Formats: sequence, structure tokens, C-alpha cells
Amino acid sequence: MIEVKGLTKYYGELAAIHDLDFSIDRGEVIGFLGLNGAGKTTALKILGCVLLPTAGDVKVDGIDIARDPHEVRRRIGFLPDTPPLYNDMTVGRYLKFAAELRGVPASEADKAVGDAEEKTATREVHDQPIFSLSHGYRQRVGVAQALVHRPKLLILDEPTSGLDPVQIVEMRSMVRALRGEHTVLLSSHILSEISQTCDRLLVIQRGEIVAQGSEQDLATSLGGGGTIEVEVVGPSTRAIEVARTVTGIGECTVLQETGGVAIVSLQGAPDLRPKVVRALVQNGIDVLRIDRGAARLESIFLRLTQDGKDGTGRPQ
Amino acid sequence: MTAVLLIARRELGGYFRTMTGYIIAGIMLLAQGLFFNAFVLGQGEMYSAEVLNGYFFYAFGTTVISSLFISMRLIAEERQTGTLTLLASSPIHDWEIVVGKFLSALVFLTAITVASIYIPALILVNGKVSAGHMFAGYLGVLLAGGAALAIGVFGSALGRNQVLAVIFSAIITLFIVVSHFLAKVTDRPLKDMFMSLALYARHFPPFQAGSIHLRDVVYYVMVTYVALFAAVRVMEARRWK
Repeated sequence: MIEVKGLTKYYGELAAIHDLDFSIDRGEVIGFLGLNGAGKTTALKILGCVLLPTAGDVKVDGIDIARDPHEVRRRIGFLPDTPPLYNDMTVGRYLKFAAELRGVPASEADKAVGDAEEKTATREVHDQPIFSLSHGYRQRVGVAQALVHRPKLLILDEPTSGLDPVQIVEMRSMVRALRGEHTVLLSSHILSEISQTCDRLLVIQRGEIVAQGSEQDLATSLGGGGTIEVEVVGPSTRAIEVARTVTGIGECTVLQETGGVAIVSLQGAPDLRPKVVRALVQNGIDVLRIDRGAARLESIFLRLTQDGKDGTGRPQ
Repeated sequence: MTAVLLIARRELGGYFRTMTGYIIAGIMLLAQGLFFNAFVLGQGEMYSAEVLNGYFFYAFGTTVISSLFISMRLIAEERQTGTLTLLASSPIHDWEIVVGKFLSALVFLTAITVASIYIPALILVNGKVSAGHMFAGYLGVLLAGGAALAIGVFGSALGRNQVLAVIFSAIITLFIVVSHFLAKVTDRPLKDMFMSLALYARHFPPFQAGSIHLRDVVYYVMVTYVALFAAVRVMEARRWK
């Protein structure tokens, strides 16, 4: 769906992004992960045909954005970091305007607006003026304008920015529901957001892609291989002894042991969880809970960007 | 063309949905009425044509100044609020954005100008005016207003915010309004250039007196075209920044 080669953007003499290479398949949900100022917004604005690159090739659905930006714009829906909302319009009028602007015929615009409102749960504010909306609804209407013309590619820049925890969960499930019908590229510096919503991550630091792949791929490539957290009834020593018999499980650490219940961290891929449970149960150890290791993605992110903390002053 | 009309319709709605449009319209009509009453009717006995001539002189000034305020928000406000991204990421050309916004402002300005017709119509109470004189005067006011709007759109494309936008466009407009003074203190060919540029002195008095000359119409249309062309170029250049 997207092919990017050597994408570079300079602001004056400062390279906001430099020599980016990546590709995204149709139907994927991709997370663009990076610290503030890493170059995410610049890259997304170029993909959204708002900015022109200094150098490099970008193809969306096989069309070069420099040669035929109009055709590319027909295929994309873009939500910038600040939703582009006209406060003086009602939600319904605004979405109809956005639909017609993106080439939806006037006769089909009402249906397109209805569909977008249904997907983003904004139907109840259809007649409400935008200035009166809460932050959560403004963000939803922002997503609705991006998908009202049924684009193949949705680009969402920090869609959960400023939302409360409940709204974040709602936005996350909304983005997940778009999977398949649209290819989705979203950026965030909220790590759990990326982890739970996306199929694959592109980690950007100082304008360069420093890693890409699934959460598991990234963990493996950094030599971590992931961790599993298991809560069992009984002594931790026995649980560790059994867990170590499972091929792929490495170092084991006791995180907590109180009241006959132990929480143990096992180094190994999360895919090994069924095997670990089976081994423990077969050896008479009751399993209360098993999960991916907590804070795993955070540690990956910190390792990838550990020398990029001074990037906050860079333009986006 | 559909995009031009869509943008124009939205912008026009914006003038009527917010207070800005009503405030500008109110101030412009009030100023025209006051000037007409104080400086035209207050001059003693005059021929009706002279009164009408005087009205159009003040109408020119108030219309040009109002045009700068009407147009200052068109692009600068969208850049400030981030809504320009909606237009910039849509499959439309930058010229469609600029022309759509200009059209909406021109329709709004025309609506205010039409609302001011009652002022010269008052001359009919004690005098007689020709419809041709009225038509020529109003055509001149709208052409000059259109040119000022286009300069305002250019300033709005250039400025980071509305204040800077109106400052830029006011400087440009002031320069071409007073350029006939520069013509007086310079030699040829600069003298001719400054004189032919003059937004008021060279090209408006014929309209004011009830005459329509093609060269004056072409001048205002050219100023409008050049300013809108420059605005489109600024919009295109911003995609590189």
C-alpha cells in the first residue's frame, strides 16, 4: 500500500527526517513510534500530501505522491495532530463538506456521512455545533472526516492525544475495527497504544527508522526475546524448576512471593505461554494468572531511543 | 470548479454564522452613512451628480479598508486553527482554495455594497441621479473592492496570523493608493509606472464621475489576478516548508 524509499525532509539545514525506507502492506495497522520531535509528524504530513519531501520516493497504492498528488489524496484520509475542525459548523454539515471536498458525489454524501458517524459513534452529535463538543468527540469527528470518503489509507497523527483513559480505550477499539477495510498508519508516543492496536511498529528516532517489525521481532532483535509473567500457588522454586524444562525459557526471576502465592518472571517468547501452563499444571502446580511481561515494550522503546532524548527541540 | 463553489459556500456561511461578518458590515455601512452625511451633504448646495460623485469617493475608501478586514482571516485563520490541513490534504488544487475564498469574500462584499444603495438613493428625495452614474460608481467600488480583497487574500496567505495578514495587505494597498504621489517626485519611466499603478487617483475618478473606461476595468481585474496568482504561489511554496 505504501512504499517509501530514501525519504528526506529538511527544514532549512535541519533534517527532520533522513533517508527513511519502509513499506506497508494493504490492510495492516502500523504504528509510528517515537519521542516528541523524532520526525513522525513530518513523515505523516508527507504521506498525507500536505508537505512535499526534499528527496526520496513515496508511492501510495502504486502512485507517486510527487507526480500525482491528487490521485494519492483521493486514496488517503488524514487526521493531523490537531483535528481540522470548523467550530462554526455542525458535525453533519462539516462531514458533508469534507466528503464532497474529497470527491464524494452530493447525492451520496449523506450516506457517506452516516457511515462515518456510525463507525466513529458520532451520530448523536450530528446536529451539534463543533465548538460545543468535548475533546473526545472532537477527536472522533476528526477521525470521521478522515474516513468519510472511504479512503484506502488512513493516516492518524496521535489520535489519542489528550484523551482520558476511557476515551483512549474507545479510540483504540475504533481503530481496531477499521482494520481490514482500511490500511491504517498511526503515530503515538504512548507505547501501550501502539502495542495493543498495531500489527507492526516503525520506531523513528532523530528522523531515522531505527527498528521495524512486530513487538516480538523488536524484542528478539534486541536480544531480549520477551518475558512471561506467571502467578502460581506454591513455592517459586518448584515453579521455576518446572518452567525451565520448557524449551525456550531462559532466566527466571521471582518478582513476589507472599501467602503461598508466587509471581515469577520467565525470559522467553510470549508464544510459549501455553507450553508453560501445560508443564506447570501437569506437575501439579496451580496457575492463577499468566501474561506477557509487564513494561516489556517500554524497555524496548527506551533501548531503541536511549540516545534520542534530546530530540525534543526538533521541528515536527 | 465544484471545489471552488464548495469552499466559497462554506466561507460565506462562516461570515454569517460568526459575529465577524456582521461587525465588518455594520462598521462599513455606518462609516459610509456618516461620511455621506458629514462630508457630502454638509457641503451646502450641490448638483445631484456632484453629491453622488462625493459619495463614491468615500465609498471607495470604506470599501477598500473593509475589504482588507474581510479577507484577513481567509487563509491566516485556517492556518492558525489547523483547518488548512483539511483543504491541503484534499484532492483539490491550491488555486481552487484561493479562488473559492476570494469568491466568498467578493459575494459578501457585494451584499454589503448592495445594502448601502439606500444612501445614494436618498439623493432622489431632493434631486435626480442617473442610473448609469449609479451603475458606473458601484461597478468601480466593486472592482476596487475586489482588487483590495485579492491583495488581502495574498496577505492572508503570507501572514502567520490575521494581524500580520492585515498589516501586509494594508502596506501593499497603501503603497498602490499613494503611488501617484511617488509619480510626482520621480522621472520617467518610474513616473509612468507609479501613476499607472495608482489604485485611486488614476483609475477610480472616471467611475466616480459616471464613466466606465475599459483600461480602468482591465487595471482592477489585473490587480486582482496578480494578487490571487501570488497567493496561489505562496500556498504552493508553503508545501515545501
